[in-house]
Amino acid sequence: MKIPLSWLKNFINLDGLSVEDIARKLTLAGMEVDEILYAGLPMPTYKDGEKHEFKTNGIGWDKDKVVVAEIREVKPHPNADRLTLLDLYDGQQEQVVLTGAPNIFHLKGTGKLPKPIKVAYAKEGSTLYDGHADGLVLTTLKRAKIRGVDSYSMVASEKELGISEEHDGIIILADDAPVGMPLVDYMGDAVLDISILPNMARNANVIGIARELAALTGRELKQPNIQFVTSGDSVNELVEIEITNSELNPRFVAGLIRNVEIKPSPYQIQRRLRLAGQRPINSIVDATNYAMIELGEPLHAFDYDVLKERADNKKIKIITRAAKDGEKLTTLDGAERTLTSMNVLVCDEKGSLSLAGVMGGSESEVTDKTKNVLLEGAAWNFINIRRTAKQHNLPSEASFRFSRGVHPALAEQGVKRGLQYMAEWGGGVAAPGLVDEYPLKLKDSVVDVTSQDVKRLLGIDLTLEQISELLTRLEFKCEITNTHLRVAAPAHRMDIDEGVVGLADVLEEVARSYGYDNIPTTTIADALPPQAGNPIHEWEEHLRDLLVALGLQEVVTYRMTSAEKESRVVKYDDYVRVANPIAPEKSVLRRNLVASVLDALEKNIRLGETLSLFEIGSVFEPVKNDLPNEWRRFAVAMTGLREATAWDVKASPKLDFYDLKGRLELLLSGLRLTNITYAEVDSAPYLHPGKAADVKVDGKVVGVFGELHPLVKEKYNSLGDGPILVAEFDLEILRRVNPTYGITPVSEFPPVYEDIAIIVNDAVAAAAVEAMIRQTGGKTVTSVRLFDVYRDEKIGVGKKSLAYSLTYQAEKTLTDADAAAIRTKIVKRLEHEFSAKLRS
Amino acid sequence: MLDKLKEIEKTALESLQSITDQSALDAWRIANVGRSSPLMMVFAEFGKLSKEEKPVVGVAANRVKVALESALAERAEAVKNAALAKSLEEEKLDVTLPGRTKHIGRLHPSTQQLRRVLDILAEMGFQVYTSREVETDEMNFQMLNFAPHHPAREMQDSFYIEAEGREENPILMRTHTSPGQIRAMREAVASNPQNPPPIRIALPGMCYRYEQITARSEIQFNQVEGLAVGKNITFADLKGTIADFVRRMFGEGARLRFRASYFPFTEPSAEVDVECFVCGGKGCQVCKNSGWLEILGCGMVHPNVLQNGGYDPKIYSGFAWGMGPERQLMLRNKISDIRYFWGNDVRFLEQF
Repeated sequence: MKIPLSWLKNFINLDGLSVEDIARKLTLAGMEVDEILYAGLPMPTYKDGEKHEFKTNGIGWDKDKVVVAEIREVKPHPNADRLTLLDLYDGQQEQVVLTGAPNIFHLKGTGKLPKPIKVAYAKEGSTLYDGHADGLVLTTLKRAKIRGVDSYSMVASEKELGISEEHDGIIILADDAPVGMPLVDYMGDAVLDISILPNMARNANVIGIARELAALTGRELKQPNIQFVTSGDSVNELVEIEITNSELNPRFVAGLIRNVEIKPSPYQIQRRLRLAGQRPINSIVDATNYAMIELGEPLHAFDYDVLKERADNKKIKIITRAAKDGEKLTTLDGAERTLTSMNVLVCDEKGSLSLAGVMGGSESEVTDKTKNVLLEGAAWNFINIRRTAKQHNLPSEASFRFSRGVHPALAEQGVKRGLQYMAEWGGGVAAPGLVDEYPLKLKDSVVDVTSQDVKRLLGIDLTLEQISELLTRLEFKCEITNTHLRVAAPAHRMDIDEGVVGLADVLEEVARSYGYDNIPTTTIADALPPQAGNPIHEWEEHLRDLLVALGLQEVVTYRMTSAEKESRVVKYDDYVRVANPIAPEKSVLRRNLVASVLDALEKNIRLGETLSLFEIGSVFEPVKNDLPNEWRRFAVAMTGLREATAWDVKASPKLDFYDLKGRLELLLSGLRLTNITYAEVDSAPYLHPGKAADVKVDGKVVGVFGELHPLVKEKYNSLGDGPILVAEFDLEILRRVNPTYGITPVSEFPPVYEDIAIIVNDAVAAAAVEAMIRQTGGKTVTSVRLFDVYRDEKIGVGKKSLAYSLTYQAEKTLTDADAAAIRTKIVKRLEHEFSAKLRS
Repeated sequence: MLDKLKEIEKTALESLQSITDQSALDAWRIANVGRSSPLMMVFAEFGKLSKEEKPVVGVAANRVKVALESALAERAEAVKNAALAKSLEEEKLDVTLPGRTKHIGRLHPSTQQLRRVLDILAEMGFQVYTSREVETDEMNFQMLNFAPHHPAREMQDSFYIEAEGREENPILMRTHTSPGQIRAMREAVASNPQNPPPIRIALPGMCYRYEQITARSEIQFNQVEGLAVGKNITFADLKGTIADFVRRMFGEGARLRFRASYFPFTEPSAEVDVECFVCGGKGCQVCKNSGWLEILGCGMVHPNVLQNGGYDPKIYSGFAWGMGPERQLMLRNKISDIRYFWGNDVRFLEQF
């Protein structure tokens, strides 16, 4: 919402406040100023190191160098047909100014003008925008010879002065513009570009912002002075209104003005409209837009004579109703639109005229030939307008306002203001009276407020008088009783409720009016609830820390993926499907976390010699027509070199199954889990069948890991040439297995270390041998570490040697003989169980 | 005899001067203070001296012995130091060669930032509460005071999930962590319906909005909210708590300001700006020349939301505030493209 400062000043005295002061007050009160455009008023200058406050744009006009001047004669240029020389008086002296402006070209050679033309004159040395450059390029006027004539100054266009992009001709000011006056004093301006919050639609207009500023500064709001002359037959005799659904159309007001002249609006009106982001059209259309920007009520002008003809010169009957599905209307942008029952139409007895609150129809629109205008101001259901504007992709100034709610009270005020401006700028005379159907009167909310409420919710001590004063500034009607303040919302607000919600609505206004900055900062006095932490969250964070300590990089991927992408790893029959995906590859919620981490791995495959990635996150299991199950998982994907290469580490082996297994073992021990077993994998077809394992704790599967199946790897474009190791664990299950706490005391007595190597058949699992050693060795064997696996013809085909480092430890000093006795027992047992042979 | 002693001393000390290695030193010791050295011979022949000569020669011989021994010790020290210096010199490395590295793990930057925020909140008594990512329209919007067709819904375009027969209450990806407010309040009320306990929680997690993925907008992002509910909790308490949080988060002396704003689930609502920590408020690209950075939104919990959570708004009040860890990281680290976060390029991740 662009608000020119000069317009605001029609309604509030802003003397003594800089543009920045005003912008700051509005910003802090919830009307954030995104940008200030200077269109003449001096821009603040920031020295290096000085604080900027707002994004600024535009230029300030030099008081001495840019002034109001008058053109007295338009003479031909001696050497150029398309240029003219102007005899101009700038209030001090006569000047000859060269111009190519087309909008005075027709006066060339007509001699001394009967009435001088007032223009914006920029003297030598003034800095303006270059009118001929693309975009906004500053330039300083210098003396030059153009086709043999001295040129040192110019008459300016809007673009050159930074008012708009307009460069089709020079600005022609009103006849009463005082010659010699600095232009900045005559029409210097600044525009505040304000973001309008959804609950502040009431402020999407000049008077709304002026009212807020009045409240914020304690100054008086000058109400608009709406006055105009009327004559002829009353509009009530000529027009009637039928509202078929008051929920859709709570109020409809219409006024009539006769004998208007379709012509350009006064320059200052055009300038303000341009600054506010509107394109000036003509006196009638400009009046509707100007009144809307000023007061907030969108207006629609019909060509009265078209309506009258359609009514066969009888009384015009305006009917508002919901459209029929499939009904058609050609809007004034020329598009034929197919309507649905959520759209609302303004019709007459012949048919539809306009798409209510959004856009007029082409047949009844105002044209250059229009003489008499029927002016509509109405209130519409904001939901219908919102959906209609969206459906037909018609965002407009009108639908912006109506879709956020415009108070029905504004309809009457808006129509009157529109008629006033049409009369002023188009020269017509309004018919007496207004037709006004108002079947659904909006009741202004009433809320009772006490000082205790203010204390309880805002934390400040205010008397009822003080509260009343703060709210009255915003035009709330306040009545003080013995116990409370009775507050009635003003007749332009639809955002104030009643009851406990109304209280919050009103207290927000008290706080804004009081100033958020003025409210103290305190510490909560209320009791702190018991601090119990969040064990599940903490456990998950601990898991994250362990994974990082094991050298894994965390990734976070999109939850949205596609069934095709995931099917490379696992195929699922059904998914949680996104109804409105932004892209086909983000059309379902993931079910498998390995697929997510593999995507990240593939992306980075050329970026590191070793990649070890993990993710902790949710996967989503569909439940028909209900909320899905969300399961927390963690997944790992690794590939690359075991050692980081260095200048003396040339060839590192590639990561394989046992690298991943080792990390998982450390992870589980970090989680204090014991009784862990590894078994042939049951349910992970995406893994290499011979290089994969289920991880069990207390016999229960908590996760699966292994090397990616070669066929799965093939489905990816580039996963490199080394083995891809992956793991996936279910956090819910992992978290529920019981950790073992407590530590084994460290013995004071010296341990005995001993290595033994045994030869067994290849098929014997290492874990079985180790388990047997531990079982046979009993408590005295405190550590069994496999340090070598060796296969050789000398040992025998189909055989392997397993070498173990044993640690014997007891609560006494063990002798070699003690150790030897246990060793003999172990070897005997292994010979018996596995036909093992001790390797000498 | 005294002359002889002087001669012994002089010759010995002179020969010691030129010794630079341990073996020569050993030879010198044998030759000059060893059992059969000239000096020891003087001691050996001591008995042959006259009664008058004995004390004089004895004193002199002892003095020479001490002098030679201490000279030897001194020389030995010098020889050892020289040898050490030589070997240290020979062992010298090129310290500019790169060291051998390890592949180390790191947390994703979003996790790191989430932890910073949650650690601070935990110190302030706000404990983590997590809830589901796929929600109903009821929990994500209606219970949080977003009426159907409310203009504020436009601020949070949603991803909907396919489901039949749910026109009134569709399933969607949560657009904020706020549905957790309702869930947490209801749990607390269920724990003690007669006298619901006060609440101080932090709600972290992934949220989703229907956007095109560009440098400035993402379809998923993390959010952390703080929620306090209790009796007599005021807007002034909100300001105090936010000020405390900002001080812990951005450092002592971080200036902040409250700007009135609008969220459907809070009233009054505010945006909080901190003075730009990149330029110190002078104005720069990061703060778009305003000197302020918008870092969080907050407000008093709306009465309808309290009611929906089971807390009577006539008795209870509360406040909530929310912020985005990714946005904080982008501001702090001058990251210009939000797509880095889920792009998972290790060259980005390794910088955190």
